[in-house]
Amino acid sequence: MNSLGIFLTIAVFYLFSKIYEKKRAFYLNPVMLSIIAIAFILHLTGISYETYMESAKIISYLLSPAVVSLAVPLYKQRGIIKEYSKEIFAGIVFGGTLAILSAFYVAKIFGGSESVLLSMAPKSITTAIAIGVSEKIGGIPPLTAVLVILTGILGNAIGVEMLDAFKIKDRVARGLAMGVTSHGLGTARIILVDELSGAVSGLAMALNGVFTSLILPYLLKLLQ
Amino acid sequence: MYKGLGIIFGFLFIGELLSEAFNLPIPGNVIGMILLTFALLFNVVELKDVEKEAEFFIKNMSVMFIPPGVGVITYWGLIKSQAVPIFGALVISFALTLILTAKFVELLRGGEK
Repeated sequence: MNSLGIFLTIAVFYLFSKIYEKKRAFYLNPVMLSIIAIAFILHLTGISYETYMESAKIISYLLSPAVVSLAVPLYKQRGIIKEYSKEIFAGIVFGGTLAILSAFYVAKIFGGSESVLLSMAPKSITTAIAIGVSEKIGGIPPLTAVLVILTGILGNAIGVEMLDAFKIKDRVARGLAMGVTSHGLGTARIILVDELSGAVSGLAMALNGVFTSLILPYLLKLLQ
Repeated sequence: MYKGLGIIFGFLFIGELLSEAFNLPIPGNVIGMILLTFALLFNVVELKDVEKEAEFFIKNMSVMFIPPGVGVITYWGLIKSQAVPIFGALVISFALTLILTAKFVELLRGGEK
């Protein structure tokens, strides 16, 4: 069953993408529905996650060249990014810090354990960076990975709709908030809506990953 | 096509090499992205050589998150026992960060118009 994971992922995603093309409602988000459907199929058939991942990991591996590819929209939007470098820099410092503090304190208020608080702190940055950061600060890397994906799914599913609901029209503000909050999955969604927002989102995601990995260890020392 | 893929995977490889050699907290793909951006800016790489291949990867990014997303099922017990703090903080932190950051940047930019 070497190709099970690849086939299942592509076939299920194709199906939900077709449904989403017909009716673009946030609750029909193909990524979210594919994850739920595949988890359900594995549960029903008794196929283990490891068996599924044997070939499915090839698909998630492509995330790495996709991150490198974000250089192209960044380059194409270089004029505008240069023009608003001050807002982009200020937005990353503001949003990146807010993402850490809000996750940490809200989880604390709701009675989260120490390891959960630490696992939540890097949830807004891209998976690859977040796992390493979680390990460094004493969180649970697998839990962080799941939280990062869920944060990305939220951004992918309802981020654009929320920005619309709060009447945020500025394309730079929309892209920056999306990249800082929901990393790659948020970027993947907003780049389909607007290329400038997508470029800013990709830049914000990259810079926020760097920013968070640098400040988080020091910020937590102040909080604890 | 092979030129573009060669460039993208080449920068990924260089990024991974640098990340490991200097034990950096930044993963190789992010370093590769930063380096490719500079390579384009300084005309070391031409846009037309990588444009199509890069756009293919970016347009199909969503599907790449499905396999690790399905991994949620292997941490079910842990998530269930701390469901309220985890999901409460997840949703509230997401909404606060998205809207306040967008408003903050919009205000910054609005003030200059």
